[in-house]
Amino acid sequence: ISEFEPPEWHKVEVVTPCPTESHGLQGTIKGHDLFGYVGIEAVLDQMRRKTMKAGFEFNIMVVGQSGLGKSTLVNTLFKSKVSRKSCSPNYEEKISKTVKLQSVSHVIEEKGVKMKLTVIDTPGFGDQINNENCWEPIVSYVNEQYERYLKEELYVNRKPRIPDTRVHCCVYFLPATGHWLRPIDVEFMKRLGKIVSIVPIIAKADTLTMEERQEFKQRIRQDLNANGIRVYPQTEYDEDPEDRILNDKIRENIPFAVVGTDKEHQVNGNKVLGRKTKWGIIEVENVAHCEFTNLRDLLIRSHLQDLKDVTHNIHYETFRVRRLNESNLTVHGLALILESPPESDLQYTVANTATASCFYSIL
Amino acid sequence: MTTSDIAQGDKNARPLSLSGHVGFDSLPHQLVNKSTCQGFCFNILCIGETGIGKSTLMDTLFNTNFENFESSHFEPKVKLRAQTYDLQESNVRLKLTIVNTVGFGDQMNKQESYQHVVDYIDTQFESYLQEELKIKRSLHNYHDSRIHACLYFIAPSGHSLKSLDLVTMKKLDSKVNIIPVIAKADTISKSELHKFKIKIMSELVSNGVQIYQFPTDDETVSKINTAMNGILPFAVVGSSEEVKIGNKMVKARQYPWGVVQVENENHCDFVKLREMLICVNMEDLREQTHTRHYELYRRCKLEEMGFTDTNPESKPVSLQETYEAKRHEFLGDLQRREEEMRQMFVQRVKEKETELKEAERELQGKFEQLKRLHSEEKSKLDEKRRSLEDEINTFSKKKAAAELLQGQSFNTNANLKKDKDRKK
Repeated sequence: ISEFEPPEWHKVEVVTPCPTESHGLQGTIKGHDLFGYVGIEAVLDQMRRKTMKAGFEFNIMVVGQSGLGKSTLVNTLFKSKVSRKSCSPNYEEKISKTVKLQSVSHVIEEKGVKMKLTVIDTPGFGDQINNENCWEPIVSYVNEQYERYLKEELYVNRKPRIPDTRVHCCVYFLPATGHWLRPIDVEFMKRLGKIVSIVPIIAKADTLTMEERQEFKQRIRQDLNANGIRVYPQTEYDEDPEDRILNDKIRENIPFAVVGTDKEHQVNGNKVLGRKTKWGIIEVENVAHCEFTNLRDLLIRSHLQDLKDVTHNIHYETFRVRRLNESNLTVHGLALILESPPESDLQYTVANTATASCFYSIL
Repeated sequence: MTTSDIAQGDKNARPLSLSGHVGFDSLPHQLVNKSTCQGFCFNILCIGETGIGKSTLMDTLFNTNFENFESSHFEPKVKLRAQTYDLQESNVRLKLTIVNTVGFGDQMNKQESYQHVVDYIDTQFESYLQEELKIKRSLHNYHDSRIHACLYFIAPSGHSLKSLDLVTMKKLDSKVNIIPVIAKADTISKSELHKFKIKIMSELVSNGVQIYQFPTDDETVSKINTAMNGILPFAVVGSSEEVKIGNKMVKARQYPWGVVQVENENHCDFVKLREMLICVNMEDLREQTHTRHYELYRRCKLEEMGFTDTNPESKPVSLQETYEAKRHEFLGDLQRREEEMRQMFVQRVKEKETELKEAERELQGKFEQLKRLHSEEKSKLDEKRRSLEDEINTFSKKKAAAELLQGQSFNTNANLKKDKDRKK
């Protein structure tokens, strides 16, 4: 295809670029600004408007034994009755024999931003006497969502917007024992850390004093390292030094010690969310008391888009590679069919077989 | 699958009211921040005759000098030249690719002119499709080279569209967002311009050419977009030279009879074009390219290859199944051909064998014949020799006899002579 001249690179101007994987650009290029106004930055507004109109989807999975406060925490995070608590009187089911995943979707709106929030609950996890393989239903659920997305993506007639049911974040509840990670924790996080972003938290952290909390966290971090468990934010996916600094700060603090509640009390004349006990009121949103705000900021205010991106660009792609390799959809195979009509390929293939060389020498 | 049971909530999720500030209203900002870091990509294709002012307009639009050189009018075929630039305005980085046609409309026979452009656009779609179908792919790092906007430059004749224009636009309207512009609009007067625009639009409509319509579904921009839709095609003037008007330097073209100011809305529609193309609808252009034109291309390409979503019994068929079936077919075909070739091989060998045998036999026959001839000759020769020998024998006998006779006769003669002598 000699009619098209290859694209030439003209470095016109770049002022303090954000280092990304650009093609052909090497390092910082000195230059000068555009002469006068063009209006390129208006594209940010356009993008903002479009995404606000389209809305967002976020799928969060909560995993932990019953009674650790999963539903309460979700309700506190999203300031609404997202999940039904299992301790309320009309909740019928007792501990089920197997882990049954339940997903509930809600549409919430804040300042014009619409979000379809799906919370996937896992009642029954870790509740049986024999908990072997209790992670399997969860692993298969996660993979099933990837599979569904992949199928939609491969259709000839695709939807303009593929519904995203993939799990963007898995919040794993660790009981506040104060000791180490338990075998079930290690097994679960090892397996799921490979396919989804895990955020471990210490549940019902109001049973630990500050010192106990720090020690516990350190031990957990050691355990995680020792077992090769990668939790969000993963070090490998830090894009640039700024990101790394930000994420390092977060990594120093995981797992977050949280307390959840939906009751409000009066403290110093303000209404705060808190748990009232005989010895005081634990303020949920007070950084000195617990790390709920850190968790909320991480999950919602600063890293929500990043969670989705990591799921889409890394976990989903890993799944896709594995899946397509399994079903023999090799690059060559698909490209073979896509690129050239069968006849020429047959000639090419036949010409390369050993017999063919004999053919040609005699014929 | 294991016994995981997924009890879904409402399919149409229930709306919920928040009792406090959660904080996900920062989501658009998070998204935009990420994109800002990565940078945006925008590709413009400029189609127009040589010398109509494409490069100048690009220079004016982006306020910079892209260092384009003038092309000659003697190109044998239409070529496309693509150049990529990195632009930055405040904190937004734009990777701009400008594709210019070279030699469009210059050939004597213009029948093939549009084909190259169509092929170029298709090639960009194809490479995106290839990347998307790869197993190990990196779509978010992929340098998107698909054309987002096509500026079609119409010559300011004042009458109507040329047939080349109509044909080209018709071929391109389902592949790319076409924005027609009237170039060198300072050649037309206001009233002529108005009539010209109406004529152009009616010709486009009557020929079924679908040009890009600015979107009117978003309230914030629908008013301005609807207004602009009525002003299409934009009459533009491009200039990279500056002229002093009052106490400012503005981009303008200076004539003896006046100065045409590029950024004056009374003089030409340049500002409107810049507004629409960049400030208001850049994102929409990119989205349309991806969701409409690219999807159409993908669908056609895959259907061409025989992939469908439902097989003849209208049961859903996945790409994988189709692929497996095709692969099966392909391998079967391959095997069949191999068999064929093998048969052919065997047959040829047989033929050669028989040929050789024939030749051998022939040779043998010849040999025998020669041998026979030889022995015949030999026997003839023997006979001759014998007869010769006989003759020699006979001759020598005769000779001996003759000599004897001669001897005798001599003796007799001598005796006679003696006798005679005695008698005397």
